[in-house]
Amino acid sequence: MNLQLVLEQVLNGAQLGVTLFLMAAGLTLIFGIMNLVNLAHGSFYMVGAYLAVTFYHWTGSLVLGVLLALPATMLVGVVIEVIALRTLYQRDHLDQVLATFGLILFFNELIAIVWGRVGLYTNLPDWLSGTVQFGEAFGYPLYRLVIIAVGVGVAAALWYLVARTRLGMLVRAGASNRTMVAALGVNIRLLYTLVFGFGAALAGLAGAMAAPIYSVQPGMGDPVLIQAFVVIAIGGIGSIRGALAGALIVGMVDTLGRAFLKPALATLISPPAAQSAGPALASMLIYLLMAAVLALRPEGLFPARGH
Amino acid sequence: MRFGRRRIALIALVLLLAAAPPVAVLVGQPFYVDLLRRVMIFAIAAVSLDLILGYGGMVSFGHAAYLGVGAYAVTILAVYGVNDGLLQWAVAIGAAMLLALAIGAISVRTSGIYFIMITLAFTQMLYYLGISLDVYGGDNGMRLPMRSQFGGLIDLGNGTQFYYLVLGLLVLVVLLVRRLAGSRFGMVIRAAKSNEARTRAIGLSPYRYRLAAFVIAGGICGLAGALLINHTAYLTPDIMHWTRSGDILFMVILGGIGSTVGPVFGALVLLVLENALSNWTEHWQIILGPLLVLVVLFARRGLASLLWRGEEDA
Amino acid sequence: MPEPLLEVRGLSKSFGALRATDEVLLDVLEGETHAIIGPNGAGKTTLISQLAGDLRPDAGRIRFAGEDITVLDAATRSRRGFARSFQITSVYRDFTALDNVALAVQAHAGHSFRFWRPARSDAELRAPARAVLEQVGLGARADVPAANLAHGEQRQLEIAMAIATRPRLLLLDEPVAGMGAEESQRMVRLLTGLKGRETMILVEHDMDAVFTLADRISVLVYGRIIATGTAAEIRANPEVRAAYLGED
Repeated sequence: MNLQLVLEQVLNGAQLGVTLFLMAAGLTLIFGIMNLVNLAHGSFYMVGAYLAVTFYHWTGSLVLGVLLALPATMLVGVVIEVIALRTLYQRDHLDQVLATFGLILFFNELIAIVWGRVGLYTNLPDWLSGTVQFGEAFGYPLYRLVIIAVGVGVAAALWYLVARTRLGMLVRAGASNRTMVAALGVNIRLLYTLVFGFGAALAGLAGAMAAPIYSVQPGMGDPVLIQAFVVIAIGGIGSIRGALAGALIVGMVDTLGRAFLKPALATLISPPAAQSAGPALASMLIYLLMAAVLALRPEGLFPARGH
Repeated sequence: MRFGRRRIALIALVLLLAAAPPVAVLVGQPFYVDLLRRVMIFAIAAVSLDLILGYGGMVSFGHAAYLGVGAYAVTILAVYGVNDGLLQWAVAIGAAMLLALAIGAISVRTSGIYFIMITLAFTQMLYYLGISLDVYGGDNGMRLPMRSQFGGLIDLGNGTQFYYLVLGLLVLVVLLVRRLAGSRFGMVIRAAKSNEARTRAIGLSPYRYRLAAFVIAGGICGLAGALLINHTAYLTPDIMHWTRSGDILFMVILGGIGSTVGPVFGALVLLVLENALSNWTEHWQIILGPLLVLVVLFARRGLASLLWRGEEDA
Repeated sequence: MPEPLLEVRGLSKSFGALRATDEVLLDVLEGETHAIIGPNGAGKTTLISQLAGDLRPDAGRIRFAGEDITVLDAATRSRRGFARSFQITSVYRDFTALDNVALAVQAHAGHSFRFWRPARSDAELRAPARAVLEQVGLGARADVPAANLAHGEQRQLEIAMAIATRPRLLLLDEPVAGMGAEESQRMVRLLTGLKGRETMILVEHDMDAVFTLADRISVLVYGRIIATGTAAEIRANPEVRAAYLGED
């Protein structure tokens, strides 16, 4: 266990954290403002990935592929919202969970029909596949650094949007007093549709950026969705800050756990036992962490006020 | 004894299910015995979920975890040569209850969307745990070394005997849950669902009762898991995949929540539908998915609302 | 003077800059009917919430029967003998009136970890529940679902549930709220019947009810108790007249 390895895993953790943040931010915004729990959020991640790869192959440019995938995913989100989800705003959470669960089945199968079950393979363009050197001893993949940078940029933009603009004010106001905002002449329906589409686009961005380095296959978004749930449970519902904190924590714990738990255990117990217990425990780590946080703070670390 | 429509429905259902094996043999379609047995096993799981969902208002998206625990308990014991059915199934139920206690202690304190997310997350955790247990099959799973043994009493290898055992257990579970729902304990759960502020005001703290219900439901589902592994004879972590939790939830909804008998109908409808659709096309989920969405949007009260008006009354 | 059954000292609660409860001092003697009145916005709801255990005060102390209950939650207070009725009717709408009261009886009949015997045929619960329903005048409506009861009947049901827990103190939040003249009179008659036997705190707007029922009255203005005394004393108090009755 040396410094380079630790540094590498820390950066990996940051990269995972960024992906989770993009997912969790959308989820928590949608929940905070529209009181809608959307299980199919992972499907937007998947759609974003598939569209990005497809556009990449058509245009030959990854950047263009990702950029095109964003509005496309947003469009998919808007269509779903208008067709299937509008009536769910007034329904209870059980109904929302079940309906969006049905949507997951639909999306997974749709992707499988169009693109096949085997999964899509794509590789990074040359200019993105290099390594960035930090001094002589340590190098880290350029692309992953790009992902981190994009994530940080989006986080900053989101903060600015929600905290400093009139649109953000509407969004926050819509959360606490829908009828009042509507009475002010703001088109609540349009606002909700836009917020939902925006959330879908964030998920699509996460999926699109992940496509070159993770496996692209039907159902790829579902495990990420559940991790996003863990993020929100830890960070607190309804707050972007909570999503960011939770995402970084979960990203770090999961990555570092998978990398170092087994060797750490091997110093305490026999190597063969560590061999089996290590990975098992590592995969459970973020859930155990969630349990611990909730045992102490049932509303999470940074819940939005009023929740 | 009041002969309400629900009682009649239950009796009719039991009679139909009891008649199925001989009829299936007559018609030359023994496969249906298999299918209906699977339906009944899931019905047990669904009825247990109805206890906490329909009566308690707790939307648990993690019920498949207890199916898994029950199945793994039986398998692991079998791997080490412990094949006594009573012992295995007692361990299955006990382990499921312990797990439910651990998960419930944390989740039941929360409510609403938190509860849904957290129960979902814990199920996923168990799924990953199952995958990483290479010694018990890991990702690919493993065959059950030997079915649960009950001496000369009953042979689970005999499809028909096993079928009637499951049917008997299903009836027992339905009657048990109905009893629970009507007891003082059940009234507290239902009161807390109906009006939590009022429940506290009269001096009842919902948490402990909800947790108890959660544990009981988990235990019953653990039994279903033990039955399931004997039915499939093949253990895979997929038993506790979170989509399985969604399936069980749907069974409860389809049948009508809080009606105890309803989930049995729901299991029947969902599994028969899945079976029919998957025979028709390999892409059956693209039909089932929107179908489920439509059910939620338009037939929310479930089949129960067609058979009897108004919600439950134990 | 014997030790008050309920003793509130220095109770304070602020929401941001708004001081909703300001150093409230209140004594309620055993057996008395003590009314709390005040203009709208005086902070009655906040005060009730803190007394009932729904809201934690920022400062101050509440002693009930000699015990400090300031940090106890609503359910625990109920178990100590503290019953309350809600301003906005809060009953079990899908259960019958009898079920409602039986639940209140059940809540105080030991623990409810009984899994076998049907609660609906349990005479230990149903008989006392029926008696209380008779007492409040709802005997004939026992098997009606609460949602189908008239508004006035639902408020009677609230009282019934409170009484059924055999409390030492009844906290009644606007019992005649939303009632017409006849229903109000019926409620006042019911409460008059409880006078002396039960210790009651009555939060009310309806002055007729207050002057008929109350032994003593405390006046709450801007979160502060500005006066406590008999009806005559309160009516004569110039501060009260200015702040409250003077507006009539």
